[in-house]
Amino acid sequence: MRENKKLKKFGSLLVASSLLAGVLAGCGNGDSSSSGGGSSSGGGGSSDGDTIKIGANLELSGGVASYGSSIALGAELAKKEINDKGGINGKKIELIKVDNKSENSESTAAAIKLITQDKVVAMLAPATSGNTVATVQIANDKKIPIVTGSGTAPNITVNDDGSVNDYAFRTCFIDPFQGIVAANFASNELKAKNVAIFADNASDYAKGLAKSFKETITKNGGKVVKEEAYVAKDTDFRTQLTTIKAEKPDFIFIPGYYEEVGLIVKQARDMGIDVPLMGADGWDSPTLVELAGKKALNNTYITNHYSAEDPDQKIQDFVKAFKAANDDKAPDAFNALGYDTIYYIADAIERAGSTDGEAIKDALADTKDLSLVTGTFTVDKNHNPIKTATVLEFKDGKQVFNSKVNP
Amino acid sequence: MEWIQQLVNGISLGSIYALIALGYTMVYGIIKLINFAHGDVFMIGSFIGFYAIAKWELGFFPALLLAMAVCAIFGVLIERIAYKRLRNATRIAALITAIGVSLLIEYTTIFFRGAQPAAYPEVITNKSFDVFGVQISSTSILILSVTIVLMILLQFIVHKTKIGKAMRAVSHDADAARLMGINVDNTISATFAIGSALAGAAGVIFGVYYTKIDPLMGVIPGVKAFIAAVLGGIGIIPGAMVGGMLLGVVESFVSALGFSLWRDAAAFVILILILIFRPSGIFGKNAREKV
Repeated sequence: MRENKKLKKFGSLLVASSLLAGVLAGCGNGDSSSSGGGSSSGGGGSSDGDTIKIGANLELSGGVASYGSSIALGAELAKKEINDKGGINGKKIELIKVDNKSENSESTAAAIKLITQDKVVAMLAPATSGNTVATVQIANDKKIPIVTGSGTAPNITVNDDGSVNDYAFRTCFIDPFQGIVAANFASNELKAKNVAIFADNASDYAKGLAKSFKETITKNGGKVVKEEAYVAKDTDFRTQLTTIKAEKPDFIFIPGYYEEVGLIVKQARDMGIDVPLMGADGWDSPTLVELAGKKALNNTYITNHYSAEDPDQKIQDFVKAFKAANDDKAPDAFNALGYDTIYYIADAIERAGSTDGEAIKDALADTKDLSLVTGTFTVDKNHNPIKTATVLEFKDGKQVFNSKVNP
Repeated sequence: MEWIQQLVNGISLGSIYALIALGYTMVYGIIKLINFAHGDVFMIGSFIGFYAIAKWELGFFPALLLAMAVCAIFGVLIERIAYKRLRNATRIAALITAIGVSLLIEYTTIFFRGAQPAAYPEVITNKSFDVFGVQISSTSILILSVTIVLMILLQFIVHKTKIGKAMRAVSHDADAARLMGINVDNTISATFAIGSALAGAAGVIFGVYYTKIDPLMGVIPGVKAFIAAVLGGIGIIPGAMVGGMLLGVVESFVSALGFSLWRDAAAFVILILILIFRPSGIFGKNAREKV
């Protein structure tokens, strides 16, 4: 994911979750070392024994520790639930967590350790795209499938030349997908016909979203009446907004990050632009509300991975279980993705009926209509899930669940 | 109507440039120093205003006056500590010191409060007036009126008061002024105080108008104001006002023509063109002395 931009969002969670993760990591390490000792004394033949080892190569310390720790919390909960129900094909899951210190080189080292020493059958890959990419080569070489919970960059699963990395998978959707969802939401729910796009020209994330939004909205019969751009760190957007306003759009798509988007929303409302505004998960930060003001944010929407307020029974069950295990803290998107990743892997191992890396890989790639907390998904030929995205609406500065949109 | 709207946008932006440019131009006029720390005085003013409004719950005008007062003292301190002993040094030494002071202020601020942005509280209820299809917000009217009042005040100080007379004398010939019994050091300090107070005012106005402030916010407006000062003719007070407004309007129009990504580039193109074809600026007369 986009490391720096989201850091602040989890600032407050950081302390709490890293403490918790520290405790959990402590337990996990204790477990793994004792069972590791057990299996080595028991001889190589029964390396699986009565447990299935899944590695977790996560950011438990360093710059983006909040992401990795959140994923770990979700994964622990999923592991516990599965084991309480009797495990996978009668075998309990054992989660072996290794801290990659939020660094690429450490991620590679952690992957080597998990695969060669701990002999895991599958690995939960790091939370950020860069760190995950650093582990893909090892996964391919050793034929051990890896699944990232929140690495959204397209190049994790598909190389620049278009070839697919056989052993790399993910639970989250990829960046451009949110543009498609936003366009469908604008056409179907808001009945938008003449739309404008105002994108951050300095980020690949925003440009990717703008491109996929434009393609989809045009396909839906909408018309892009104006495309404007800004550069990160700008503060004055009134001139671009004036030119947008002159074209009288009935919807404006603003992919970008909260620091600029906050000002754009405020300035747009000041100028009397009262049409719906929409963005993606880059908007997701309390700073956005401070900058734009609660009133200006009314009638704006974002796409995101999941919402804790979603009335869906599956999600509410997850929220309840998570709160019970974590001092009444509502799970965020990372918790949910970590949770889902374990279920995704467990489902594949169950269907494969074996712990052979190649069989698990094929099962992961064949996943169809798997119902998870962050949406029911089917894996496409590029190893990316096709799944529902959640649309949230801002009401008085709060994100309120609006609807789910299918791709 | 769109063009009139863009003109309004441009003038609002331009009045902030103009207020900062005045400080540049006054300091240059008197000691021939491009005070690159000026943009950071603007940032400090913005933060003083922010704390005054958000933490001490002052209104807009008390916060504005407080920021101006603190910045005036701050400006004098910078001058006394960093620039005074360099008065007879080469100009390049003073210039490099100014850049050093600028970085020092920026990163000291980051050290104490972090680099994250802060959001200005809404101190004035913002209303938009619809004048023949042109949206004019109450904040932009406020910005413009505060700017105009401050500029009139500045003209009054420079032309009608004793200290103003001393400033003009020192600017014309510091040695001769000293011989005539003018306290040159105090006059230079007064110039820094007035220039910095204007930057402080610009900081508060910027915060109210644009909401987001951060420790590096002074860099780009500082450079733009420098361009505005050069455009109007550096060292010439009315030149800074006109230069600032003109730059704001040009930037708005460049954007309106569909080149929004070229907006910053346009400002620098103006700087280059002015330096090539009219280095003394719009209001400059004696090219040789001003370059």
